[in-house]
Amino acid sequence: MAKLNVNPNRMELSKLKGRLAIATRGHKLLKDKQDELMRRFIELIKKNKKLREEVEKDLIASFKEFLMASAVMSPEMLEEAVVYPKESITLDIKKKNIMSVNVPVMNFVRKLEGDEGSIFPYGLAQTSSELDDAISTLYSIMPKLLELAEIEKTCQLMADEIMKTRRRVNALEYRTIPDLQETIKYIRMKLEENERGTITRLMKVKDIIQKEA
Amino acid sequence: MIYMFKIGVVGDKDSVLAFKALGVDVFPVYDGVEARRIVDTIAQQKYGIIFITEQIASLIPETIERYDRELIPAIILIPSNQGTLNIGMRRINENVENAIGSNIL
Repeated sequence: MAKLNVNPNRMELSKLKGRLAIATRGHKLLKDKQDELMRRFIELIKKNKKLREEVEKDLIASFKEFLMASAVMSPEMLEEAVVYPKESITLDIKKKNIMSVNVPVMNFVRKLEGDEGSIFPYGLAQTSSELDDAISTLYSIMPKLLELAEIEKTCQLMADEIMKTRRRVNALEYRTIPDLQETIKYIRMKLEENERGTITRLMKVKDIIQKEA
Repeated sequence: MIYMFKIGVVGDKDSVLAFKALGVDVFPVYDGVEARRIVDTIAQQKYGIIFITEQIASLIPETIERYDRELIPAIILIPSNQGTLNIGMRRINENVENAIGSNIL
């Protein structure tokens, strides 16, 4: 705790009082913000964790299938089969504001080109059924993967904001507000002391005048 | 801001080739220098999500960290065909620790 380096006069006192009021109010608001952010964050992060576990498991399974496919097919054939995709996925990203944190909201736009029905971009004659399995598994994971992307990004951004908010709350609570309070107290004491000094001096002066009269 | 963003996948070729069939842009890389260059290049373009395999991500942690605070792109780690290294999970736990102060999960 250190008192601020100011002159002890009424002007400073009223200025500091104003600052203290603002700091207290700011602290309260930030604290509320932190609590609410924390609540949302905990909700999201649990979902995030579960989703990631699922996605990782599914992805690994799909990669295994793909590995099998690449084992039974020649690399050139495999590449040729997938090189010209039938589908294109684009993202529509909007901003959403959660407690002043801008988080992305992602919508996925899937466009199938050509005939509907088959998701495979190749003919069935020259490719193995393992490849079909791998692609169709991956295809079914995709929505989850994209959801994971959205939630994980949101969590990252929120974690960052919570950290910042916490630092601000702590700075106000343990530094700014105590400093201001101490300084205000110091100025009050000083002013009172001055006042007492003035009164004694006046009494003394009065005594001297009465003696002379 | 409504604009169509693309999705990119960065990783070793065997892992990411399958994504190609789904119409996602695939960038095969093999070492850290190349990966950093690719990630930085496509982050500048209109890529909303960049999936990157953990094997490659472990080579360029600072590059990935740099995009953590940006709204776009979201860089998401995925396991590769050699299985998971648990970096993705660890990042979630780090987020929790940073935000709350202790790991409550």
